Amino acid sequence: MNTAQTHSLEKTSPPKRQPLVMRLLDKDPGGKITISLLILIGIYVSIANLLIPEDSVFHITAYGVTLLGKYISFALLALSLDLVWGYLGVLSLGHGAFFALGGYAMGMYLMRQIGDRGVYGNPELPDFMVFLNYQELPWFWLGFDNFLFAALMIVLIPGLLAFVFGWLAFRSRVTGVYLSIITQALTFALMLAFFRNDMGLGGNNGLTDFKDILGFNLQSDTTRVGLFLTSIIMLILGYLVSRAIILSKLGRVVTAIRDSESRVRFIGYRVEHFKLFVFVVAAIMAGIAGALYVPQVGIINPAVFSPLFSIELIIWVAIGGRGTLYGAIIGAFIVSYSKTYFTGAWPEAWLYALGALFVLVTLFLPKGVAGLKAQFKENKFLKTLTFKKAN
Amino acid sequence: MLKQILILITLLLFASPSWAIEINDQQLSEKIQPLTQKKLKQVSKAIDELSQYQHSRIQPILEALLNNNLYYLRSDKEVIITEKIDDKYFAINAISSSDIGEVSKSSIKKIKTNNKIRKNLRTILAKLSLSDSNVDSRLIAAKNLRKNPSAEATSLLEEAVISEKDEEVKRVMVEALNIIKALDSNLEESKRVEAIYKLNDSLSTDARNALTTLSSKTADGDFTHPEAVALAAEKVSKSIAGNVNLYSYVETAFFGLSMGSVLLLAAIGLAITFGVMGVINMAHGEMIMIGAYTTYVMQLIMPNLITMSIWVAIPAAFLVAGMVGILMERLVIRHLYGRPLETLLATFGISLILQQLVRTIFSPLNKEVITPEFMAGSLQINEALSLTYNRLYIIVFALIVFFAVLYIMKKTTLGLQVRAVTQNREMAKAMGINTDRIDMITFGLGSGLAGIAGVALSQLSNVGPNLGQAYIVDSFMVVVFGGVGNLWGTFIAAFVLGELNKFIEPVYGAVLAKVLILIFIILFIQKRPRGLFPQKGRDAEG
Repeated sequence: MNTAQTHSLEKTSPPKRQPLVMRLLDKDPGGKITISLLILIGIYVSIANLLIPEDSVFHITAYGVTLLGKYISFALLALSLDLVWGYLGVLSLGHGAFFALGGYAMGMYLMRQIGDRGVYGNPELPDFMVFLNYQELPWFWLGFDNFLFAALMIVLIPGLLAFVFGWLAFRSRVTGVYLSIITQALTFALMLAFFRNDMGLGGNNGLTDFKDILGFNLQSDTTRVGLFLTSIIMLILGYLVSRAIILSKLGRVVTAIRDSESRVRFIGYRVEHFKLFVFVVAAIMAGIAGALYVPQVGIINPAVFSPLFSIELIIWVAIGGRGTLYGAIIGAFIVSYSKTYFTGAWPEAWLYALGALFVLVTLFLPKGVAGLKAQFKENKFLKTLTFKKAN
Repeated sequence: MLKQILILITLLLFASPSWAIEINDQQLSEKIQPLTQKKLKQVSKAIDELSQYQHSRIQPILEALLNNNLYYLRSDKEVIITEKIDDKYFAINAISSSDIGEVSKSSIKKIKTNNKIRKNLRTILAKLSLSDSNVDSRLIAAKNLRKNPSAEATSLLEEAVISEKDEEVKRVMVEALNIIKALDSNLEESKRVEAIYKLNDSLSTDARNALTTLSSKTADGDFTHPEAVALAAEKVSKSIAGNVNLYSYVETAFFGLSMGSVLLLAAIGLAITFGVMGVINMAHGEMIMIGAYTTYVMQLIMPNLITMSIWVAIPAAFLVAGMVGILMERLVIRHLYGRPLETLLATFGISLILQQLVRTIFSPLNKEVITPEFMAGSLQINEALSLTYNRLYIIVFALIVFFAVLYIMKKTTLGLQVRAVTQNREMAKAMGINTDRIDMITFGLGSGLAGIAGVALSQLSNVGPNLGQAYIVDSFMVVVFGGVGNLWGTFIAAFVLGELNKFIEPVYGAVLAKVLILIFIILFIQKRPRGLFPQKGRDAEG
């Protein structure tokens, strides 16, 4: 794991008068391009959906907006994973759990907004609770009528889980493969738990049939575009925050930990504190991504906790190029788009394609798409093609 | 009325020591003619009379009557036993059992019965079967009497016990007798109490039900039965409950053992590839799946030799899964040694491809693998405890596989070389070990073992493309819990997790049990990051 991450150690000391954003994006051409593209997409999509008439070729349908919004929230998720995997060196096989928890928190808020418009028309209880003979709202649903409380929970629940889990794991120096496997166990356990009807969170079917958010109808075009733009803004913010972390002194220590944990520890740093900080920040970002995903897709169910989803998002980062941040965004777009395409046009081929992607990317593109140029430059591409041992 | 009849029977029984008079077909045909009469009283009388004679067809006739299958032809009142298939009636002569063929519904008339007659019939049939020459029928009859205890059966049971040779049947008969005595309110209290104490060793639900009835209380807290009887029943009931409880623990422990051996089988291949080689094979579950499908294919090839096909499937699954494993190692994993996280991703990709491949070849639906005869049924230890053969065999099989692997790793040259490469690759190379070859063989061995596990698992559940996924997380948990690179650790971890799971299950349910186990392991890893039995030494800190 040494070749992929070397170029993230850029020099600091940016010129003093530059604005913060420019300082963060200094020497990050990929990031600059990605963010500019995101802003352009945001502007174009809102205009194309709302102002351009429907019969025009440039019009983007509501479905298209939602789909792009979904990709954007996935991109934010991939970005947070890159922070953990690319910079912390922790291959989390359970990162989807934080995404799902954020999604569930948002879903609970949206459920409460339905009020008495459900199938059963019960103003106190969501449909599935009426169906399952609940007499009253479970205690953990209290407060979710309030958006601010829900927003707090979107940040707090994934953050808290990451804190407790990370604190235990990093303190006892669980590393590498072991850590990967117990993160997988974590999301697997959560999936099993959320599948239960007794959990009070909709069981197998999850939460769905949402009506509106903050009073805006979820089906209307303006709300969709609004959510889409919010997602883009959050993604850009997430990118800048990640850059800020990486460029800070703390970020340098984190990268150093990734490359040689014991050495950093021997120098005198409390390694686990640094790891914990990044892990929690990434989990919160994943939670926010989940919260953006749910209103746009309109459903959250335990399948998001499945180990398969968590592993799938690893390939997003891997294909985009880990340890670059913008690579994760590109990767999320590429893989999610191919998934949409394949599952529509040729459903059986999707798993073959995904499987082949995993194998080919690890074998031939250790630096992902973002590292293609560098790979060509170092002429390693041909070497790996001829099956020479990577080390 | 019934009582009178029964008293009559009893009297008749005592009147004739060998209570059945043998009759021939001609006489029997006369005796069953009254059954065709319309009046139920006549029918009832005819039945009572029939029961006093001995003829091989009496029992089937009465059984048919009890099951509403006894008819007679309207034309000549010939009594027939019918079988209804797709709204058509097929009949045989009741006495000669000669085939009459299809009969129209309008040409036949059912011999009607009522509840009283049916109850009487049951008693008569029980009596008949208590003297049956077949041990199993006698046992069923005795169990029936135990389930429906009635004082009328006392004498016929007492008689049957004396002539009974089979231990098991005799035991059930005595138990039934004791239950009847205990429940009989006409008996002296001391005798009832004595009978209750004799039930102390029985485990059947019938005995427990009888005792519960005896020790039951009214709403005011008074016993519904005489105090001495009720107290004795309460005492014995408690002691039986204790015994039953003990056996249910033994049963749970057995389930735990069987789950543990399933885990052991699933994890042992992983213990080698992951533990010994440090390769994270996410396609391990798919190797298990391949083994299971090999079993399925073997059964397709030899549909008439199911037992044989299992024995052939074991080496076949080893070879097929082993070959796939070697292919994987040569094409992909070889290029990723020393990069565990990348290996994880690549093998995960392979697992997706293999799953989809199976879906394309065999359809995404589950396939059923037939269980060979020798694995069906169960070993009945006593009434509270029976162990199913398929679980027993899997435990034995898992142990055999484990010790075979242990032998290979500890006693053979190959094992020595594998361990050498594990401990210090460079040094092993320097000593002249072909590490490339060892890697390949070890990976093939691990994959082949997963294939063998698939053969065993195909006997427990349906075979489908997702079979492997169900076991992959569990297998990793076992290996990590036991300590990577330690076969004995895997062994102990498998059984500990199996037992834990099965003992938590009755309390919290299957899903929550699994969740709790996962949480337990996550916390355990915090405490002991390298499992129960960590590798010691300088290289272990890799």
